[in-house]
Amino acid sequence: MSEAMRTVKFKIYRFNPEVDIKPTMKDYELTIPDKQDMMLLEAILRIKAMDDSLAFRRSCREGVCGSDGMNINGRNGLACVTLLSALKQPIELRPLPGLPVIRDLVVDMKVFFEQYAKVKPYLINDEPPPAKERLQSPAERKKLDGLYECILCACCSTSCPSFWWNPEKFIGPAGLLQAYRFIADSRDTAKVERLEALTDPFSVFRCRGVMNCVDVCPKGLNPTRAIGHIRSELLAEGN
Amino acid sequence: MALPTYTFDAIIIGAGGAGMRAALALAESGSQVALVSKVFPTRSHTVSAQGGITCALGNVHPDDWRWHMYDTVKGSDYIGDQDSIEYMCEVGPQVVYELEHMGLPFSRLDNGRIYQRPFGGQSKDFGGDQAARTCAAADRTGHALLHTLYQRNLAEKTNVFSEWFAIDLVKAADGQGFAGVIALNIESGETAFLHARAIIFATGGAGRIYQSTTNALINTGDGIGMALRAGLPVQDIEMWQFHPTGIAGAGVLVTEGCRGEGGYLINKNGERFMERYAPHAKDLASRDVVARAMSLELRAGNGFDINGVSCVKLKLDHLGADLINSRLPGIRELSLTFAGVDPIREPIPVVPTCHYMMGGIPTNRFGQVINVDEQGKEHVVEGLYAVGECACVSVHGANRLGGNSLLDLVVFGRAAGLDVKEKIRDLPLRSVGEAELDAALSRLNRWDNTREGESVSQIRFEMQKTMQEDFGVFRTGEHMQQGLDKLLQLQQRLNHAAFKDHSRVFNTTRIEALELDNLMATALATAHAALYRTESRGAHSREDFPKRDDINWLTHTVYHGEGHRMTKRAVNMKPLNVKPFEPKERVY
Repeated sequence: MSEAMRTVKFKIYRFNPEVDIKPTMKDYELTIPDKQDMMLLEAILRIKAMDDSLAFRRSCREGVCGSDGMNINGRNGLACVTLLSALKQPIELRPLPGLPVIRDLVVDMKVFFEQYAKVKPYLINDEPPPAKERLQSPAERKKLDGLYECILCACCSTSCPSFWWNPEKFIGPAGLLQAYRFIADSRDTAKVERLEALTDPFSVFRCRGVMNCVDVCPKGLNPTRAIGHIRSELLAEGN
Repeated sequence: MALPTYTFDAIIIGAGGAGMRAALALAESGSQVALVSKVFPTRSHTVSAQGGITCALGNVHPDDWRWHMYDTVKGSDYIGDQDSIEYMCEVGPQVVYELEHMGLPFSRLDNGRIYQRPFGGQSKDFGGDQAARTCAAADRTGHALLHTLYQRNLAEKTNVFSEWFAIDLVKAADGQGFAGVIALNIESGETAFLHARAIIFATGGAGRIYQSTTNALINTGDGIGMALRAGLPVQDIEMWQFHPTGIAGAGVLVTEGCRGEGGYLINKNGERFMERYAPHAKDLASRDVVARAMSLELRAGNGFDINGVSCVKLKLDHLGADLINSRLPGIRELSLTFAGVDPIREPIPVVPTCHYMMGGIPTNRFGQVINVDEQGKEHVVEGLYAVGECACVSVHGANRLGGNSLLDLVVFGRAAGLDVKEKIRDLPLRSVGEAELDAALSRLNRWDNTREGESVSQIRFEMQKTMQEDFGVFRTGEHMQQGLDKLLQLQQRLNHAAFKDHSRVFNTTRIEALELDNLMATALATAHAALYRTESRGAHSREDFPKRDDINWLTHTVYHGEGHRMTKRAVNMKPLNVKPFEPKERVY
C-alpha cells in the first residue's frame, strides 16, 4: 500500500551574477508523505538534490550556528528550526533583506560583521589575571544571560529599518547586544571607554524602538532591551 | 593562467576550537598566520558542544588531574596514548583558566568559581565515587568557547580566510614534506596556492559518513581525505562514538550533562535499565557502555515506538523547572523544537547516534603528524600538524569521555601553536613545481571537466545508508564485508559522478562534490580498519569477537590509503611523570 502524499509549493529567489541580469522568483514543488512534517532546511536540501544550482548556507541544522538565516514568507528566521507546517504556501524564500546578494539566498555579511567588530566584542581587563579564574558571583553571571547566546545569524539587524538606512553607521541590534554583553560583564574594566564609543548620533541612537529584532530573534533574545540598558548607562555616565 | 599565491609563515585549516586556539598561540609570535575555514568561524561544529569541558579544577570537591588521567585511560579501553593523556589532564586547568581570562562566560558556583558538573566515566581517587569535573557554561559550553576564541582572534587581528575550502596538500618539489595547500575561494570560485612553512590541520570530524548523526552538515572529514591522498596514514579510524542521547528521528544531540544533573534513561516499562548494565555508575557509565545497553534494550523489544522509530526516553521532569531552565535551557529549546516535547513535563525520546571520530591523523603530543613507512618505521612530518577531532594524538583511544573533546581542542590546538611558534624560524619555505601544483589541483579539475554522470547526493545517500547499516553500534565480520564491498563499488561510481551546475560564484554543489571525496575516503578507511580489528574494545563492538583481546589488540590500527593496507602501531604506555596505568577489566 503506497503512502498518501502531498505537494508543498515554494517560490525561491534566484540570482546568479554570472548569468542573470536581475533576480527571479522560481517555483518548486516538493512531494512528501502526507503525515510527515519537517524542518524547512530539510525541504530546501531536498529541492537542492533536484536542482543543484540552488545556493544557500547551512551547517549545524539545529539553530546554533547561525548559517541559514533567510527571509521566510516575509519574516526573517532560521530554516533549520522552522517547521513546514507552520508556513503558508507557496512558501516564499528570499535572502536576508538589506545586504548585498552574492547568489540566491546567500548574502554578503561583511558590513554586519564589521559592525560587530566595531564594539570590541572581547573582554578587556587591564589587570594581570590571577593564577586561577577571575571570580564572578552567580548574580553577576546572570546579567550575561540573554546576551551571550547570540549566534550572529543577522536575522535581527537585517529586519531593522534603521540598519537598512544606515548599515555603515548604525551598529544594529546584533552588534549592540554584544556591546552590552561586555558592558554588563563584571570582569570587564573598559565600561567607560565602551560607552564613550557609542555616544555619536548613529551608533546606538538610530534605534527607533521598532522592535523587529525582538520579534524575529530565533534564540528569543531581546536586543531592544539591551539597547535600552546602554541608553540608561549613557545617561548615568552624563553623556 | 598563473595560480595566485599567498605566502605565510603558517596556515591553519579549520576555525573550530582547535584551529582558533592554535591561531591565538601563534598570534603573539609576530608570524604571518592565515586561518582558513570553509565556513565563517562561529559556524564551526564546536558551536554545538553542550555539556562542558573537563579538567580537575577541584571547585566542587578536592580533585587531582591524575584521577582525570585514570578515568581517561580507562575510558579509552587502554589504547589511548598515556603520554598525551597525561599532558592533557595536567595542563587542562591552566588552559581552562586561560579561557576564563579571555572572557568565556562560565556558569558559577556560589563562591564565584567556575561551575563543574558530573559527567560520564568520572571518578574520584582512581575509580572511586562519582566526580563532578566538567566545567560548563549552562548547556552551551561549545558556543561560549567558540565565540570567545573568535572574539580573541578579532582582538589579535588574525588573518581569516573565511569561506575558503582547502582542496589538497601540495608536496614540496624535493619530495621532503609539504609546501602548502590549494584552496578555493567559495565566493569567487577561484583557486589559490597558500604557501607556508607550517600547516596545521584542524578540520574536525566526519560524522556525515553516517545517516543518523549529531554532526553538522559540514563534518565531512576534509583533513582525513587530504591526509590519505597525500600518502599519510590514519589511526584507530574504526573507533566511532555513538552518543547515547540523540533525539530520535532528528539526530540532534542531547548533552550527557542531562544525566550529570540527575536525569536518567527509561525503557517502555518505565524501568531505569542502566541499573542492570552498570550497577555502580548507572546512567553515567561511559558512552560506549550506555549506547550498547540502549541497543540491547531496543533489540529486546523494550523500546517506545515514536512514528515507527524505536527509542528509549531520557527522563528529566523530576529535576524541576528551575534546574532545567538554569542548567539545561538549550536542551529544553532543542527538545521542544525537534521532539515536540517539553522536558519539564515529559521525557525526551532518544537513540544512540553517531557523534565522534576517535581516530584520525596520528600525531605526537605536540600535534606533529607522524608518518609510518613501509617498514613500519615512524617519522615526524616536519612542518605538518593536526589537532582536534581530525587528529589522533590518541587521548580518546577506543572511547572518548564526555567533556574531553573541548579539552582536547584547546590543549592540543595551543600545543601545536606553541610548537610552531618555537620552530618557525627553522622551518623552510619549501619550493614547489608545476607538477606538484597540478597534482593538488587534479581532483578539482576532474570534477570541473565531468559534465555527465551520477549525482553527488545519490552516492552520498547510499554511502551513509551502508555505514549506518553495517558499521553501527554492533558489528559483525559478515555484514561489514558486505558493507565494504558496497563502499568499493560506490567509490568506483564516485569516480564518474558529476554535478550539473558548473558556475563559479558560491557554487555549494561543487564544494559538496569535493566533500564527498573526503567522506568516501573516511568511510573506506573505517570499513577496512573495523574488519581488521578482530576483537571488541571501547566503541568497536564485534558480535563475532565479543571479548577484548589484549594479547593481539592492545594496539593502534593504522590504515594506509594506498592498497587499503592495515598495520599496527604500539600504544604509548609511558607517561613522563606518573606510573603507567596497566590494562584492567573495564567495569562501571
